[in-house]
Amino acid sequence: MSGPTSLRTRRAAGRTGQYLALLAYLVFLAFPLVWLVSTAFKSPQELGRIDPTWIPQDPTLENFRAAFDAQPLLRSAGNSLLVAGSAAVIAVALAVPAAYAMVRKRSKITTAATGWILVSQMFPFVLIIIPLFMLLKEARMIDSLAGLVLVYVVWNLPFSLWMLQGYVKAVPVSLEEAAAVDGAGRLRTLVSVVLPLLTPGLVATLMFSFVTAWNEFFFALVLLKSPENQTMSVILTQFLGAEGVVDLGPLAAAATLATIPSLLFFALLQRRLVSGMLAGAVKG
Amino acid sequence: MSVAAPPPKAAGRGTPPPRTARARKAALGLDGGTWFLLLPALIPILVLSVGPLLYGVSLAFTDAQAGRTEPTEFVGLANLADLRHDTLFWESFRIGLVWAVSVTALQFVLALGLALLLNQNLRFRWFARTLALVPWAMPEVVVGIMWRLVYHQDAGILNETLSRLHLIDDNVGWLTSLSLALPAVIAVGVWAGLPQTTVVLLAGLQNVPYELKEAAALDGAGLWRRFTTVTWPAIKPVVIAITALNFIWNFNSFSLVFVLTQGGPGGETRLPMLFAYEEAFAYGQYGYAAAMGLAMIAVIAVFLTLFLRRRLKEEAS
Repeated sequence: MSGPTSLRTRRAAGRTGQYLALLAYLVFLAFPLVWLVSTAFKSPQELGRIDPTWIPQDPTLENFRAAFDAQPLLRSAGNSLLVAGSAAVIAVALAVPAAYAMVRKRSKITTAATGWILVSQMFPFVLIIIPLFMLLKEARMIDSLAGLVLVYVVWNLPFSLWMLQGYVKAVPVSLEEAAAVDGAGRLRTLVSVVLPLLTPGLVATLMFSFVTAWNEFFFALVLLKSPENQTMSVILTQFLGAEGVVDLGPLAAAATLATIPSLLFFALLQRRLVSGMLAGAVKG
Repeated sequence: MSVAAPPPKAAGRGTPPPRTARARKAALGLDGGTWFLLLPALIPILVLSVGPLLYGVSLAFTDAQAGRTEPTEFVGLANLADLRHDTLFWESFRIGLVWAVSVTALQFVLALGLALLLNQNLRFRWFARTLALVPWAMPEVVVGIMWRLVYHQDAGILNETLSRLHLIDDNVGWLTSLSLALPAVIAVGVWAGLPQTTVVLLAGLQNVPYELKEAAALDGAGLWRRFTTVTWPAIKPVVIAITALNFIWNFNSFSLVFVLTQGGPGGETRLPMLFAYEEAFAYGQYGYAAAMGLAMIAVIAVFLTLFLRRRLKEEAS
């Protein structure tokens, strides 16, 4: 049983087992993705085959053209860009001063705000969307992108506050004290000392808010009515329903396109995301 | 107006300065400048989140409906009493619980396995880490569409693969079969939620002190013993937090299943949120839908109490 050789064999066996397990995970994670992209590039003839293949034998961009013809994809992508972009910028602009105050000035109100961030995660959307729907209807903001931006701003605020608090904590108080000693006022300190140091965190929070809003479906489904106002995720569901085998191509093509912006941003903020999520959780 | 004034309760900074009027005010609440910083975020939260939520809760006790001309009336507990006799609602809740518990449990087990692997010094680890993040970035609608393609009865890769391996004879309608739809949907839920849980657990694992593991190994502790005595206690707080959050998110989830099955076949995958959505926006029964929302909160509250209390007791003993 003992001896260096058997130990080494056991180690090697363990390693092999680990690689096999990792491979199984990779297959589970990757196979739907491969299938989606492969379907997007298949010709109608190939989609109709009874023995489907993993790799398109004759890759074509036909599905992408068909997808653009079938639904107003460009317009909905524009809507999504506008809504997600404005919601992210507004939410972060509102959250920066608040996050700063919540970190540097502990009081009952800032504690309550932190509590609310956590509690708001618990509530089912129905309880929020019905009153919001009625409220926005009163204000004639149903079926308007501005109304959706408003909802997304509020939707993004809790997490933005959470992430930004973590980044504010990382800014040394001594720097601010030094600025105060040098005679800088409060606003001056905020703008020229704290803000520059916060920039990487700001960018990460912006990107995360953008992705959240870009991916969002439920609020857009409830609040938007007319076809020309729909966002990307709602338009995608228009492809569903009576899908013949041939329509699968354009569906896959549109779905692939809709993922690109989120993937891009996620790739950029990969590292920051993890630290950001945990940063808010670290004790202050 | 010094920003750097220590907070009133800061300890270890010598004797506190004598309290001025402003300091007293700051101890109670906040000074004007801080209000100025907080208000831009507080107002939208109050107006569009706290307010509507309270209003939504109050709607549960009214007969609010869409497009009604006469004023809404207070009906007390009538909606909740109706819910008690609504068999469809109970069925939906049962499905919701099965879904939330299975997805949360599977997510945790699979994510822990993946996180442990990614924490090892394996080749291609960077590739696995990158790939593991992709489902997180994808819009839920796209995840739903993608799996519809995978599950497609005639042109789906799942049926094709299984029949090539001679595991099935006829093509299976994964999302249309009464018995298979819920498990099929749960698998998608696990796939979609795996990355976030993995990332959080991985971060927890990386905080486990290496010296402790090494010391345990030197003392002759095997792999399993090292895990139970060193790793598990260290990551337990993270595990509890992410599991509780996952359960809440899963129980409240909507988009994924809406795209996959719209609650079908025969209501077999109609999660509570889908039911409430139909009630509110297909039938316009706002009051009744709000009562369902309340019931959902009750379920979550009960779960959290049971879950966290057991954990706290374990912690204490």
